Amino acid sequence: MTELTSSTIAELRDGFRAGEFSAREIAEDFNAAIVAGRALNAWTVETPELALAAADVADAARGDDTLKPLSGIPLGIKDLFATEGVDSTAGSNILKGFKPPYESTVSSKLKDAGAGMLGKLNMDEFAMGSSNETSAYGPVISPWQRSDGGNAALTPGGSSGGSAAAVAAGMAPGVTGTDTGGSIRQPAAFVGICGIKPTYGRCSRWGIVAFASSLDQAGPMAKTVRDCAIMLEVMSGFDPRDATSLNVPVPKWEAGLSSDLKGKRVGIPTEYRIDGVPAEIDAMWEQGVEWLRDAGAEPVKISLPHTRHALPTYYIIAPAEASSNLARYDGVRYGLREMGVKSLDDMYAATRAAGFGAEVKRRIMIGTYVLSAGFYDAYFTKAQKVRSLIKRDFTEAFELCDCILTPTAPSAAFGIGEKMSDPLAMYLNDVFAVPASLAGLPAMSVPGGLDGQGLPLGLHLIGREMDEQGVLNAALAIEERAGFTARAERWW
Amino acid sequence: MVVSDYRITGATGEWEVVIGLEVHAQVTSNAKLFSGAATIFGAEPNTQVSLVDAAMPGMLPVPNRECIRQAVRTGMAIGAQINRWSRFDRKNYFYADLPQGYQISQLYHPLVGEGEITVLLDDKDESSAKSIGVERIHVEQDAGKLMHDQHPTMSFVDLNRSGVALMEIVSKPDMRSPAEAGAYVRKLRAILRYVGSCDGNMEEGSMRADVNVSVRRVGGPGEPEAELGTRTETKNVNSVRFVMAVIEHEARRQVEVIEEGGAIIQETRLFDPDKGVTRTLRSKEDAHDYRYFPDPDLLPLELDEAFLAECRASLPELPDAKRKRFEALGIGAYNASVLTAEVETARWFDALLDAGAPPAQAANWVASELFGALNRMGRTLLDSPVSPADAAELLRLVADKTLSGSLAKQVFEIMLESGDAASKIVEERGLKQTSDTGAIDIAIDAILAANADKVQQYKDGKEALFGFFVGQTMKAMQGKANPQVINERLRAKLAV
Repeated sequence: MTELTSSTIAELRDGFRAGEFSAREIAEDFNAAIVAGRALNAWTVETPELALAAADVADAARGDDTLKPLSGIPLGIKDLFATEGVDSTAGSNILKGFKPPYESTVSSKLKDAGAGMLGKLNMDEFAMGSSNETSAYGPVISPWQRSDGGNAALTPGGSSGGSAAAVAAGMAPGVTGTDTGGSIRQPAAFVGICGIKPTYGRCSRWGIVAFASSLDQAGPMAKTVRDCAIMLEVMSGFDPRDATSLNVPVPKWEAGLSSDLKGKRVGIPTEYRIDGVPAEIDAMWEQGVEWLRDAGAEPVKISLPHTRHALPTYYIIAPAEASSNLARYDGVRYGLREMGVKSLDDMYAATRAAGFGAEVKRRIMIGTYVLSAGFYDAYFTKAQKVRSLIKRDFTEAFELCDCILTPTAPSAAFGIGEKMSDPLAMYLNDVFAVPASLAGLPAMSVPGGLDGQGLPLGLHLIGREMDEQGVLNAALAIEERAGFTARAERWW
Repeated sequence: MVVSDYRITGATGEWEVVIGLEVHAQVTSNAKLFSGAATIFGAEPNTQVSLVDAAMPGMLPVPNRECIRQAVRTGMAIGAQINRWSRFDRKNYFYADLPQGYQISQLYHPLVGEGEITVLLDDKDESSAKSIGVERIHVEQDAGKLMHDQHPTMSFVDLNRSGVALMEIVSKPDMRSPAEAGAYVRKLRAILRYVGSCDGNMEEGSMRADVNVSVRRVGGPGEPEAELGTRTETKNVNSVRFVMAVIEHEARRQVEVIEEGGAIIQETRLFDPDKGVTRTLRSKEDAHDYRYFPDPDLLPLELDEAFLAECRASLPELPDAKRKRFEALGIGAYNASVLTAEVETARWFDALLDAGAPPAQAANWVASELFGALNRMGRTLLDSPVSPADAAELLRLVADKTLSGSLAKQVFEIMLESGDAASKIVEERGLKQTSDTGAIDIAIDAILAANADKVQQYKDGKEALFGFFVGQTMKAMQGKANPQVINERLRAKLAV
């Protein structure tokens, strides 16, 4: 599309402020890109009128000098966020047509900061998936294709697949994602953009459809580290309506950006070397270490001994919480209702059978099982204990280093349909992402380069609790050195 | 410690009843446990429902400090251990009145630990005291309400009550008779109302009990106590009378079942107040697996010393302390019990004492005269026509002998009708008692002269006639004479 749609948030913000173009021009260009990109199936709802309305407010604000941090910037919002009067369905049939009478805290903050909304972004149903294939709206197609000329449709990753594709295809300069066990970072890596999951509690969960409450965190996805910092600053902050919200000030992350890592130690966890991971991923990791060394950091070997238990632990805790969180979708008050044969139980069964997809049902069943009498201690209690050990691993590691570098995902993007029949292979996608989620730590994916098939690979940085700045700065150092400018060639 | 002798006599022998109660008490608070919605009883359906109470997608619970405070104060009032670290758990089950699909409760780490409640089985007798253990108090959400009478084929849901804070007060299986259970519920209700943490209104459902009952054979002397029998739980019993009826019925039923060779099944039962029987609601086999786990939307509840200190400082004098203080003031045990049973009575009586009324006389007067009058008028202390200050003045006039007992009754009746102060009535109507021996002597002389025959009979030994002369003299004095002076003068004159 135009040069506006390939610009970063920072460029759009600064250009708009300088009067190089209007907010309306920005919104119109992105609206047009969305229409042109419908083949990617990234959006569940398009709201061009909302983007234009916010743009007009921004243009007026520029006239009378009342600009806000995101004035003139249109954004995409993942369908997991409740948006007032606009369908908010978590990618599920059970919420089809649900228009909440309220706005999530995070999307409110973005709107209050002047941002417009381009639409709602497709996602795995209830954020359960790593390929966006579990969505009731059908899979999102990645704008990226392998360089083998085969034109195979690839996944943009998940669950924030629509979010990732929208940024990569120039349909939005920035988007919201949510990350429960890698749902921001893995898709960001698959499409060659940046995405950060902040410390658990930084972003309010109020108004975000819950998947696994103790893990869910919102975060931004955008082309650059700076753009992520800009958005995260707006999205973060204490919210008295979320009891797990962190009551701490929000740092000025954008102003604090610095790629000078002198005196910093970067931990390289031995346990993240896993059999079966392609050599290209390892090579990219090595390259990342060199870039950070070049930026002044000292690489140190660290050990996170409980890493291999992270994925099983995650797949007990997350489904357990989900099985309870999703009980409210019962057909009584909102969303889909299928009348059963006669009883209330029949209605529940019919509604939930029709409303939930296979992966959601699988996780509800896993979660119900691990919480049931006789299994609770063996699964859930054990998993909680292992989670504590995983957290302790990080605490001990951070005595030796300031941040941790790993690959984001064990592979580049895969083809749609390739892993749907094998849930375990699908779950393995998040093997590097999940430990930071269990520990509640800030973590970010930044593009490192392309693999042999021309697909993006991401590098993953994990920081100390509340040290988003450290994560952003290390990512910035990589971004500057990687010089990743590759964009998906437009085929859609 | 009192040992109950309540027994069920079955065909094969004597049985003892073992009772434990789980009392659900609605916390007095303007807002719900995890939302800001109001909690007024009897509001139009679905008018007190927040997004959180309706479990809309993405909504989150935030604990209401006042509800926690009330539960902590209640725990302190029964001398219980307050857990500075507690946690909320989800109890998962599906029902149309439970929007979240789970109730937020506290299974693993309750807010309040062990405490005890002392009940008097006989109000007149301090030695009838029995201590009933409280296992724990935890806070949890109430559910909504289904309405089945609004539509021919559908049920309606009212979520006004959904999310309202409840305290679940779990007793130990320490009760052995319906009377003990009744005394426990009444005492608990009194404590809650003193503390102000629950209005104790059982008709409106602010307080209801799940009644656990089991029976076991009474061992002979020296035999070890039999193991506890299998218990049944009768849910949502909403009056003291019904609690006692449930125990009586359920104990008899269990004895019959066992004596006929059957076994008690651990099950949940419902009480039918019309028939006075309990019936099966669901057996253990259909019991839910509630899949309790810590609520990940809520951080553990940690209480600091300042919070606890405030809770402690805000506690009023409690029923037992008040009763003992009243007894120390010379008030009889029975009156002290009656005056402290209800917080309104106790407060009214304290105001009466503060206004200077003599304690023992005041207690008698309130228990007989005032309660009698209020009963007659169909009123309670809350809308008594006589204030504590007015009553104190009346009692002072008796104490300083301005009024005799009978004059005081007259004045009190006039106070009830007119609302006037006692002193004003005495002044205006000249109802002052007289000890003027001159006037009294004249009256006595006239009476004795007019009843010479009776005087003779008296002197012949019919001493009962003394009362007749007193009455006649008092009558002649229009009730205003000091009865003691009449007595003295009469004796002197009749002795001549």
